[in-house]
Amino acid sequence: MRDIDLKLKAAQIRKGIIEAVYSAKSGHPGGSLSAADVYTFLYFEEMNIDPKNPQMPNRDRFVLSKGHTSPGLYSTLAHRGYFPVEDLKTFRKYGSYLQGHPCMNETPGVDMSSGSLGQGLSAATGMALAGKIGSKDYRVYALVGDGELQEGQIWEASMFAGAHKLDNLVVVVDNNGLQIDGKVEDVCSVYPIDEKFRAFNFNVICVDGNNFASLREAFNQAKATKGMPTAIIMKTFKGKDVSFMEDKAEWHGKAPNAEQYAIAVSELDAKISKLKEEGASV
Amino acid sequence: MIDFGNKIATRESYGNALAELGEKYPDFVVLDADLAGATKTNVFQKKFPDRHIDCGIAEANMTGIGAGIATTGKTAFISSFAMFVSGRNYEQVRNSVAYPHLNVKIGATHAGITVGEDGASHQCIEDLALMRVIPGMTVIVPSDDIEAKAAIEAAITTDGPFYLRFGRAAVPVINNNSDYKFEIGKAVTLRQGKDITIACTGVCVAQCLLVAEKLMDEGIDAEVINFHTIKPFDKEAIVKSAKKTNRVFSVEEHSIIGGLGGVVCESLADEYPTKVTRIGVKDVFGQSGDADTLLVKYELDSDGIYKQIKASL
Repeated sequence: MRDIDLKLKAAQIRKGIIEAVYSAKSGHPGGSLSAADVYTFLYFEEMNIDPKNPQMPNRDRFVLSKGHTSPGLYSTLAHRGYFPVEDLKTFRKYGSYLQGHPCMNETPGVDMSSGSLGQGLSAATGMALAGKIGSKDYRVYALVGDGELQEGQIWEASMFAGAHKLDNLVVVVDNNGLQIDGKVEDVCSVYPIDEKFRAFNFNVICVDGNNFASLREAFNQAKATKGMPTAIIMKTFKGKDVSFMEDKAEWHGKAPNAEQYAIAVSELDAKISKLKEEGASV
Repeated sequence: MIDFGNKIATRESYGNALAELGEKYPDFVVLDADLAGATKTNVFQKKFPDRHIDCGIAEANMTGIGAGIATTGKTAFISSFAMFVSGRNYEQVRNSVAYPHLNVKIGATHAGITVGEDGASHQCIEDLALMRVIPGMTVIVPSDDIEAKAAIEAAITTDGPFYLRFGRAAVPVINNNSDYKFEIGKAVTLRQGKDITIACTGVCVAQCLLVAEKLMDEGIDAEVINFHTIKPFDKEAIVKSAKKTNRVFSVEEHSIIGGLGGVVCESLADEYPTKVTRIGVKDVFGQSGDADTLLVKYELDSDGIYKQIKASL
């Protein structure tokens, strides 16, 4: 896909995130917005998937280990055609198939239930291992938060993935630098992230996670790397593209009020119009 | 009925059954956490090296790996001591396995105090309580080799998460008869009686059969029911027996809180309130010692169980 078209999709996905969280009056916009570009890239360019056949056996898998950013995943799945975009408004509501945290048995396109931090990467690693055992050529992508790296299970899984040379696994770290209680480095520093993954026998790539050209290069390099898993450490901005949410820890897990919602939507609408004027189409 | 000449630990049954069933069911894999020799999954490993994965000493990750494998359509057995595969990874079992209702079968060996010399840190007496409260989890405690093998095959052919509790110590074979049929959630009445009901599970079943003989010598006719499935529980069987005897004892190598005793009391409270005496580990930690000595100390050998029943009659 052309970068400009991906940008348009990402802007629409960001708007969906705001719609979902505003409608629910709760949820996690900050980390959903920071990762919106990688969601877009994975689902509109990188992954071998079929929205009409979500259970396709040899599909690529995506595990949202940082499950609280479900609005990002749901908005992406909706825009990719797994379910109606309109349904994002049911997010977190009673009876909705869009649960607060991802549930694989409720939502088409969700490959693993998640939400308890640290656990998703183990499941993704298990999927990658199963691919190796069964001689399948699907790939597995796991998105983890930088704060989530504080969970010990992340390193158990990473040690396993490195030891078993799971080159069909890509761990994407959303390094927006913020967690609920503040800056990741102040709460309990996870740095250096790159050297840690290298020490666990990963191929490590550091990229600008809000730039499609650099994401494309990183995922291509990951695919070309044999004999070891890849960690893509993305520098991102929490709350990206909604001015008052950008780089603010307070927007980790709260919904905008009516006034804030209007501002966010108008900013994203302006972005969408501008991209269309510049020739973006989908 | 009890063949004391033929004793085998149910952890051996676990390893043997996996190896025996490996060909018939090509879609299961077996994971271990550096205890393949102790859990006996190395018996399977020798036969099916490509389907056995040692995850190293990382039970939480092993649980997630099992869940991930299960999402692809395979069944994953995850194996370790009961302490670590129900305790260390409790929340992984709850959120990564049970919530998505995946085909992960937990093979928990070295359960209870009969672990012996390793002491309290390794003697899990809380696992049935922990596993039983998780929605959709099937919990089975086989009483001997025959039942263990049947339970393992049932776990393979039945959808959803299972907790299978095995022991380290050798136990006599008691189900070696042509009438024996294993069915998940169906208790087995091993001895009909009219005076008291003895509901038992796991290694305690053979002991309870001995207790029943001793009681009969004194004119007390005990009904002995083997509840190999703790969940889904055979409520009908306990209620039916209680209606006959009006006096129930539960016997298990587990805390008296939350395990078989718990589910027996809950079931009777719902349907037919009956006096129940819970026999088990009385809310204390275990200690080092050989298995037989510990069973005597915690009054879970036949003499200890007999004494406790007599004292409360």
